[in-house]
Amino acid sequence: MNTILTIARREFAAYFTSPIAYVFLTTFLVLTGFLFFRSFFLIGEADLRPFFMLMPWIFLFYVPAVAMGKWAEERRQGTLELLLTLPVADHDVVLGKFFAGLGLIATALAGTLPMALTVSLLGNLDWGPVLGGYLGLLFLGGAYLAIGLVVSSITHNQIIAFILGVMACFFLLIIGEPIVTIAVPPALVGVVSYCGLGYHFSSIGRGVIDSRDLVYYGSVIGFFLWVNYRIILQRR
Amino acid sequence: MIEVTEIRKSYGAVQAVQGISFSIKTGEVVGLLGPNGAGKSTTMRMITGFLTADHGTITVEGINVADDPLGARARIGYLPESAPLYLDMEVTDFLRYIAALRRVQKNVVTGRVRDMVDVCGLGSVVGRPIGELSKGYRQRVGLAAAMLHQPSVLILDEPTSGLDPNQIQEIRAVIRELGRMRTVILSTHILQEVEAVCHRALIINKGQLVGQGSLTELMAQGHSQVRYHVLVNAAETALRDRAGSLAGVNLVACHAASTNWREAVFESTTTKPVSGEAIFQWTVANGWQLRELRRESASLEDVFRELTQ
Repeated sequence: MNTILTIARREFAAYFTSPIAYVFLTTFLVLTGFLFFRSFFLIGEADLRPFFMLMPWIFLFYVPAVAMGKWAEERRQGTLELLLTLPVADHDVVLGKFFAGLGLIATALAGTLPMALTVSLLGNLDWGPVLGGYLGLLFLGGAYLAIGLVVSSITHNQIIAFILGVMACFFLLIIGEPIVTIAVPPALVGVVSYCGLGYHFSSIGRGVIDSRDLVYYGSVIGFFLWVNYRIILQRR
Repeated sequence: MIEVTEIRKSYGAVQAVQGISFSIKTGEVVGLLGPNGAGKSTTMRMITGFLTADHGTITVEGINVADDPLGARARIGYLPESAPLYLDMEVTDFLRYIAALRRVQKNVVTGRVRDMVDVCGLGSVVGRPIGELSKGYRQRVGLAAAMLHQPSVLILDEPTSGLDPNQIQEIRAVIRELGRMRTVILSTHILQEVEAVCHRALIINKGQLVGQGSLTELMAQGHSQVRYHVLVNAAETALRDRAGSLAGVNLVACHAASTNWREAVFESTTTKPVSGEAIFQWTVANGWQLRELRRESASLEDVFRELTQ
């Protein structure tokens, strides 16, 4: 546990030693702020639902960027050899990197809180669904992150890790959309749409936290972290 | 103590290490020698647990690397080739991070880091990010990180590459000092390094152990023929004519050193060394002047060349 924390703290700090983290955070906040307030004043409702519905798409590009360097850079710089010859269990390293990335996602989300406060000042905002929405976003971000880390662990190149990460997350996001499910046999529609990352987020975005959705995200995170662990083990 | 038995490792179709065995006692500094791509780094990576051997067993201080990888790794200090480090970290932050992951007790970390900064001569770079340091300083930071937890086994992959001659002397002195009560393996292709710091050398070629032993043992097994270089003031034809009267040696080369002087090279015909006096007597008998008579001593380089070609 201590080891995970040590690694996570160092990896989180590493984001801020280069300007990249600041560029990411700024771009993320400007973009989400713009996209949300653009329609907010037109609709004129004190509701964060449009913001939550937007996030799976913004995270699609933001989270793979958070994940892309985590393993790819270690491989390129050769520091993987340093890290993996320390008396540290492989799963602790995987979890340390995961929590560092999750920390940056949480930081970005915390940056959007002033937006929610603004909305609550302008109208009567129901905080219950908002908190639920943030929790759901953290889970969704975690799922994207776990996928991004797997992709990062199989390449030396950050850019390739980013593009493949976006593609992989995109695939899992749209699999539950009607445009995909229309093409599968009716009997399988339920199963296929259940697998989609987006399907589970839509109810969270409406403010309904269903334990089944959280279990789903938890399983996706767990599964991909396990795959990540196996890949690291395999490369020894 | 390190015990390696019949280890093998292949990358796809390439067999990098094909059945190497050796053992190293505590208090021994052993040099791993071999041409590029011979399997030195792969062997070290298997001992440190970065790679898993396809076959064979490795024990470090009596711990089987395959059974208790963390226990074995805890006892090893490892400097990978070209010292990969986190370039964004400050020197002492980096050492503290490594100390934390190695579970060095909190109350001794500061002291240890200070010791390592002293031993490795890092005083002038404390406070700077590693990315700004020269190759030589990075190498020293890597060495400091490898020794931070006072490991009983030290594995150094080309520890002096990229250092200037002064730094090389310093680092060698550090390694010699460490070798007194630890087990040290270092790889290198600088042969003088082995002569300078190692008690014993293991020569690896194409994934196999082709020679091992103390330096004197290796030199003895390597050289079969003794050569004499003779510088005399004689005409080449006369030299070649009279060479036949010298027993036990053959004239293998003769060339002009200057207008009057010739350098002749004799090689013994048997493995039994011929004494230089016979050659001296021979030149005197022929009325020549002798300026130089030198017996070519076998060097580690000859042995290396012989074993790896």
